[in-house]
Amino acid sequence: MVPLSYYLVLSGILFACGVTGFLIKRNIITIFMSIELMLNGVNLSFVAFAAHWHVLAGQIFVFFVMVVAAAEAAVGLAIIISVYRTRETLNVDQVNLLKL
Amino acid sequence: MTPNLNLWLIPVLPLAGAAINGFLGKKSSRTAVTTVGLFFPAAAFAWALTVALRFSSLALPYQEYLAHWIRSGSFTADFALYLDQLSLVMLLVVTGVGFLIHIYSVGYMWDDPSYYRFFAYLNLFMFFMLTLVLANNYLLMFIGWEGVGLASYLLIGFWFTKDSAASAGKKAFIVNRIGDFGFLIGLFLLIQHFGSLNFTEIFAKVQPFTPETAGAGLLTAIGILLMVGACGKSAQIPLYVWLPDAMEGPTPVSALIHAATMVTAGVYMVSRSHVIFERAPIALTVVAIIGTLTALFAATIGITQTDIKKVLAYSTVSQLGYMFMACGVGAFSAGIFHLMTHAFFKGLLFLAAGSVIHAVGGEQDMRRMGGLRSYIPWTFLTMLIATLAIAGIPPFAGFWSKDEILWKAYEANWVYWLIGAITALITSFYMFRLLFMTFFGDYRGIQVDDHGRGHAAHGHGDHGHGEPHESPMVMLVPLMILAFLSLVGGLVGIHNGFEHFLEPVFGHEFPQSVTEGSGGTELLLMGISVLFSLTGAVLAYILYVSKPYLPQQIADSLGSFYDAVLNKYYVDELYAKLFVKPLVDGSTSILWQGVDRKVIDDTVNNAAEGARHVSDEVRHMQSGNLRSYAGWIAAGAAIVIAYMLWLGAGR
Repeated sequence: MVPLSYYLVLSGILFACGVTGFLIKRNIITIFMSIELMLNGVNLSFVAFAAHWHVLAGQIFVFFVMVVAAAEAAVGLAIIISVYRTRETLNVDQVNLLKL
Repeated sequence: MTPNLNLWLIPVLPLAGAAINGFLGKKSSRTAVTTVGLFFPAAAFAWALTVALRFSSLALPYQEYLAHWIRSGSFTADFALYLDQLSLVMLLVVTGVGFLIHIYSVGYMWDDPSYYRFFAYLNLFMFFMLTLVLANNYLLMFIGWEGVGLASYLLIGFWFTKDSAASAGKKAFIVNRIGDFGFLIGLFLLIQHFGSLNFTEIFAKVQPFTPETAGAGLLTAIGILLMVGACGKSAQIPLYVWLPDAMEGPTPVSALIHAATMVTAGVYMVSRSHVIFERAPIALTVVAIIGTLTALFAATIGITQTDIKKVLAYSTVSQLGYMFMACGVGAFSAGIFHLMTHAFFKGLLFLAAGSVIHAVGGEQDMRRMGGLRSYIPWTFLTMLIATLAIAGIPPFAGFWSKDEILWKAYEANWVYWLIGAITALITSFYMFRLLFMTFFGDYRGIQVDDHGRGHAAHGHGDHGHGEPHESPMVMLVPLMILAFLSLVGGLVGIHNGFEHFLEPVFGHEFPQSVTEGSGGTELLLMGISVLFSLTGAVLAYILYVSKPYLPQQIADSLGSFYDAVLNKYYVDELYAKLFVKPLVDGSTSILWQGVDRKVIDDTVNNAAEGARHVSDEVRHMQSGNLRSYAGWIAAGAAIVIAYMLWLGAGR
C-alpha cells in the first residue's frame, strides 16, 4: 500500500511543474499544456484523498474537472487557432493587446 | 348650539385668488386679472361682514376645527380657527382696508407689466394675514406670521430689477428673521412648560399665576421673547430699520402691508398674549419702554426726511410705538383701538401719497412738489383729513384712540404720557410739514419731460407728465371711503364703547383706577394734547408756509445734531459696523477662506489627488503581459497558502 503522502508529494510536484511551465514558457500551446498539468496534479490529490478516506465525492469531482478541462481544451484550441490566424505568432508576449 | 360659520372661507378665498392669478394671470387679460384679484378679497370681506352680523348670536370664543396637523404625544397643533372680539376687529380691518387698497391698486398698477403678479402677491398676503389673525394656536399663527413676511418680501422687491428694491426686500426679510428667532424661542418655552400652543389651553394654565408667583421669570422670559418677535414684525427699536427701506415697494403695498395690517401683527400678537403679559410686569414694562422710545425716536427722524413715503414710514414706526406703549401699560384695547384707526388714516395717507406720486409722475421728493392743492383737490382733501386724524385733532379718528392711549399711559406713569404728548406734537409738526411742502406754495417740480425717474421707479409707462393731474376715480373712491372712516372711525370709542366691546377678551383693565372722579384730569390731559397737536401744526405753518427760509437756518444752527437726525441717527451705519461687517468679515475669513476652502475644498481635492497618486503606482501592475498576471496570481495563491499554513501551525 503506497502511503497517501507519496501521492500528495507527486501531486504537488506536478502542480509546481505546471505553474513553472505556465510562467516561463512563451508558446501558447505549451502554456495550455501546463494548465492541463496543474489540473491533473489537483486531480491526483482528489483521487488519492478519495481512496484514502473511502469517500466517493473526490472521484466524482475529478470527472467534473476532466469534463470541464475537455471543454476548455476545445474552446482554448479554437482561440489559439484564431489567434494564430490573425497574428501569425503563438508568442504570448506579442499577444498583449486586445485590439489589433 | 353654535351655528357653523365656515370661517375657513375667509382666508381661503384670497388664496384661491392668488392661485388663479399666479398660475393663469400671465396669459389672461388685465380685465380678467382685475376681476379675479378683486372678487376674492371682496368675497372674503363680505363673508367677514356676515360673520360680524351673526356675531352677537355666537357663544364666544367661537372655535372652528378644520383638520389634524401635528399630534405628537400630548402635544397637538391643529388647523383650527378662533374667533372672538379681538379677531373680529382684526378681521374686519384686514379684509375691509385690504379690499379698498386692492381697488386702489387697479388704478395705481394698471400700467405695470407685472400687473397679474402684483395681485397674486397681494391676495397671497391677505391669505396669510387672515390665517394669522384667525389661528387658534401659536403655531398656525406663526405660519401666517412667516407668510406675511414672505408676501412682504415679495412685494417690497416687486420691482426686483431695481437694486435698491431687491436689497430692501432682503433687509426686511433678514431683520424679521431676527425677531422671529426670539418669537420661536418663546414658543419653545411655552411648549416646554405648558405642553401646548393652543391659546385657550395655555391661557387656562397661565391664569392661576399671579404677578408675584411668576417671579420665577418664566412668564417674563416668554413675554420678552414674544416681544422680540413683535419688534421685528412691527418695526420697533432695535429692529425698525427695515420698514423705512420697505418703501421701495409699490405704494399700495406700503399702505396695506407696511402701514395698515402686517406691521400691526406684533400688536395683535402681544394683545392676544395679554394673559401672559399681564402676569409678567417686567415684560410689560419692556414693551412700554420700547414703544415709548420708538414713538419719540422715529417721530424725530420723520421731521427731517424729504421723501414723502419715508416720512410716512417713520410716522408708522412712531404710531406703532404708541400701540406698544398702550399694550405696555396694560391698555390692550386702547392699543387695538389705535391699531384700527391707524389702519384707516395711515392707509389713507399712503394711498393719498401714492396719488400725489402718481400725479407728479413718480417723483417722491417733497422738495420738488408744492402747490399741488389746485391740481389734485380730491387727493388734497382726503390727505388733509388723514393728517388731521393722525395729528389728533378732534373729532377725527386719531384723536380718540391717541387720547385713550395717552390717558392710560398717564395712569400708569406720567413719563410715558409726557413723551407720548411730545411725540404727538412732533407727529403733528411733521405731518403738517408734509402737507404744506406738498400742497402749498408753488410747484417746484419740472413741468415737462421729467419722467426719467418715474419711468424707472414706477413703470408709469407712456402717459406724458406735462402737469400734475388728478388720479382716476378707481383710486379716488378708496381714498374717500378711508377719509370717511378716518373722520368717524374714532366715534366707536366714545364712552369707552370700543373698550367695552373688547372687554370679554381683555377683562376689566385697571380695576383699581376706575375712578370716575378723575374725569377732570382726563379732560385736562385731553386739552393739553390737543394744544400740543395744534402747536405742531402752527409751527409747521410758520416754518413751511409763512417763513420758508427758516427751516434751513434752524438746520444750520443745529449743525451736527441736524445731520445726525437727517441721517436717521446713523443707526443703519452703526448696524453695518456692529453686525453686518463682522458677519461679512467673519464669513469671509473663517467660513469661506478657513472652513470652506481650507477644510472642505482641501479634503475633497486631496482625496482626489491621493487617489490619483496611488493609482499611478498601482497601474504598473496592469502591464498587459500575460505571464506577469499569472505570476501575480501564483504569488497571491502562495501568500494565501502560507497564511493558512501559519494559521494551522498556530493551532
